[in-house]
Amino acid sequence: MPTLANYLLASGILFAIGLGGVMLRRSIIIIFMSLEMMLSAANLSLVAFSRYGLVSGHQNYNAQVLVFFIITVAAAEVAVGLAIIVSLYRARQTTHVEDLDTLKF
Amino acid sequence: MLSAAFWFFATLMIAFGLGVVLLRNPVSCAMSLVMSFICLAALFVTLDACFIGIIQVLVYAGAVMVLFLFIIMLLDLRSEESRRLNVGATIGGVLVVSIFISLLIKVVSSSPVFSQTLPALIGPQQSDVKLVGMTLFRYFGLPFEVVGVLLLVATVGVIVLSRKSLR
Repeated sequence: MPTLANYLLASGILFAIGLGGVMLRRSIIIIFMSLEMMLSAANLSLVAFSRYGLVSGHQNYNAQVLVFFIITVAAAEVAVGLAIIVSLYRARQTTHVEDLDTLKF
Repeated sequence: MLSAAFWFFATLMIAFGLGVVLLRNPVSCAMSLVMSFICLAALFVTLDACFIGIIQVLVYAGAVMVLFLFIIMLLDLRSEESRRLNVGATIGGVLVVSIFISLLIKVVSSSPVFSQTLPALIGPQQSDVKLVGMTLFRYFGLPFEVVGVLLLVATVGVIVLSRKSLR
């Protein structure tokens, strides 16, 4: 049977892959996808804790409600972020992060 | 059975997650991410969280990834040309990721709490959707309404952002 540690490690590895993608990739869309992956990885560890920390024989449904809110906020974030990327592309004709250095110190 | 499902879907999820980071073509990255999310939904189902699993497929693998593919095709993104790898970012990335994973392994192996196997559910089992809904509307009424306002603000914000000329 899978242990809690297995689920936490799977979630942590997915989070680490997303973190690596944010740091290594140069296309702003791929960076955004990696961010989504990190959010989902956090959801996996929440659901794992909800299943392993039983409250009177049932799963802890507070955690699942929190996951529900996270998914909602992530959907709103994707919509706003992609709109920003589209207007950025209109202004600059690029989605490459190294070409977008106006705010660079 | 459950164990086999866990290892199968966890391996697939991580493999497709690596695909998102390593593939060059943005459309392949998006497809890889869809598969990764579907495997993640399967992991939610192995944790008896069917409602969250279905929401994951509907919202992430459905709506969000369609939006991503739509934007990729709208902007007509080509494969990322292989520029010179930024040495500082690469070293920093590998360092941060390896520190994170080694810390995680250290924490997870530090306590016997983390090595418990799946505890059996006790008592009469009700539908997952019903129980999540009961918790949501009984204890989280205000946050639910705040999230509704957030979605409204995001919708208005997206419409304002995507107008032709920003004043």
